[in-house]
Amino acid sequence: MALSLFRSNEITPPADIEKASLRSDKFRLEREVDWQRLEQIVTALEKGRPGRISDDDLLELPVLYRKTASSLAVARETSLDAATLDYLEALVRRAWFQIYGPRTGLFGWLRSFFAGGWSQSVRDIWLDICIAFAVMVAGTVVGWLLVARDPDWYYSLMPAELAGGRVPGAPREVLLESLGHDGGGEGLTLFAASLFSHNTGVTIMYFALGFAFGVPTLLLLLYFMATIGAILWVFFDAGLGWEFVGWLSIHGTTELGAILLGSAAGLHIGRTMAFPGNRSILAAMQDSGVRAAQVMMGCTIMMIIAGLIEGYGRQLITDTTARFAIGGFMLAVWLAYFILVRRLRERDA
Amino acid sequence: MSAAMNYIRGEPGKRDRMLVTPEGLALPLVVGSKGARAGALLLDLTFITIGLIVFFIVLGFTGVQLLDLGSSDEINPVVEFFFVILILFLFLARYGYFLYFELGPKAATPGKRLLGLRVAARDGGRLTAEMVIARNLMRDVEVFIPLFFWLGGGQQAGIAGFTAFIWIMIFVLFPFFNKDALRAGDVVAGTWVVEAKAAKLKEAMSLAPDRSNDYQFGEAELAVYGEHELQVLERVLRQDQPDALRDVAAAITYKIGWQLGNGDEREFLEAFYAALRAHLESGMRFGKRKKDKHS
Repeated sequence: MALSLFRSNEITPPADIEKASLRSDKFRLEREVDWQRLEQIVTALEKGRPGRISDDDLLELPVLYRKTASSLAVARETSLDAATLDYLEALVRRAWFQIYGPRTGLFGWLRSFFAGGWSQSVRDIWLDICIAFAVMVAGTVVGWLLVARDPDWYYSLMPAELAGGRVPGAPREVLLESLGHDGGGEGLTLFAASLFSHNTGVTIMYFALGFAFGVPTLLLLLYFMATIGAILWVFFDAGLGWEFVGWLSIHGTTELGAILLGSAAGLHIGRTMAFPGNRSILAAMQDSGVRAAQVMMGCTIMMIIAGLIEGYGRQLITDTTARFAIGGFMLAVWLAYFILVRRLRERDA
Repeated sequence: MSAAMNYIRGEPGKRDRMLVTPEGLALPLVVGSKGARAGALLLDLTFITIGLIVFFIVLGFTGVQLLDLGSSDEINPVVEFFFVILILFLFLARYGYFLYFELGPKAATPGKRLLGLRVAARDGGRLTAEMVIARNLMRDVEVFIPLFFWLGGGQQAGIAGFTAFIWIMIFVLFPFFNKDALRAGDVVAGTWVVEAKAAKLKEAMSLAPDRSNDYQFGEAELAVYGEHELQVLERVLRQDQPDALRDVAAAITYKIGWQLGNGDEREFLEAFYAALRAHLESGMRFGKRKKDKHS
């Protein structure tokens, strides 16, 4: 029908409302112009082209939505025209999705995220952070003690390809060399990018595994920190403890911080699942899930920074004191951000 | 919820849900079927794979030419740059694709869009960016880790592989163990995936010429049918298939004891539809509803 092609641009009011013999059809014909106007607006919104909507239409959108919703409510009680009811239901549903859809795009969301959303959600999961931190400390101590008692443990804890020459009893020079860099700046961007991609993937996995009551997250965290404890012992045993901690801390304060936050976010979800409190488990999960998602976005950003520091900073800066200074500075920055940055105003819920 | 279910016309199916908007209006929703969701996921994975292949071809093509230009022993900064792009692209394909599309106005990835699905908040409120992020971070253990596990042949790794297999299957099969087909990410984020189909506004039925003088139906003749039959008749009239019209007209005239001339089926059915609808709708106005012919 030629008319329906035309209709996408111009809404023609129905010609002869009086001709309709049924009262419910008159009701429909009197209102269908508003419905079609709403449909045009919704279609433009769905296609991501809000620029096509005229100012008048945009101002009237809430009115049109409520009119159509009330038309549906009335039609359900007075009309038996199934096609009209289907149309109205689909239209109100589409309009509802647009009006209650994601309102901020990725960038608007990022702004509110940095201006306090992130630090707020990190503060909200303080208990999980404490638990995860305790597990990290415990893991380090366990790794240290195991290897101190029997150096063979080192080989069970540390995958061979990661260990390289860094094994118990290795000559001091080999260990010292592994902390430095052979000079030159080539390949560092590549190194940084692959570090970021790998580490973020690992953190997301830590988070996602928290779904199973947090147990796998804590086990993985314990194991990971045990390898750090083990390697710490190797370097301290060779009298290179200070240098190793410096080598680790330049990016470690950021990277381990991100791992801590990611695990805590996963644990937060797992803990809510085990102890939902007075709410239903699904409602409680949703609350903590949304909070944890913010923390996780933050972890990704921390991992980008950690990747850059590890890829460039650690390779180019070989002085231990400078490494400590950068690591300490980053730690101070993160702590200050998480503790001090408050949300300016509550976003409308 | 149960009172709101009355608004579903016909038999409520297993996947029909009612959602109450903040305005207090009950809206019927259909939860996306598991098949459609699996199909959407496969489509999305296909799109990602195609994107990666195209990316590799373009990269390989330009990369090869650049390699010819600069032939030094050191790592070529241009080549290095390409590798960085590659790593970031792989990262974005894995974590960014779903996130970007589900944050858009249609709240659906291309695969979901093709199959008429979208993400919505389970409580009827607004779908927030945090929800979309949460459900897509969980996707990693539900889709990508199992995928790499199988591609890497992890299930052949003895008892550890078997344990990992069981573990992963808990996530993969999660949607089969709840009625809303929620995956773990949906549970965490408070979302669900529903059908989002558009409907066209069809012509009003009673614009056809008024024949209430030619065909007059009595109270008893209109009392044999209810709303369900009326809407079946509406569908038949809208589809306008001559065979169907003839069959339906024959069934109705048999039921009410009329004789009908050949070729008058459409006229008769239109008149009967208008009369029956007027009859039932006037009943509705007094709060009397007749669901079908048995009630």
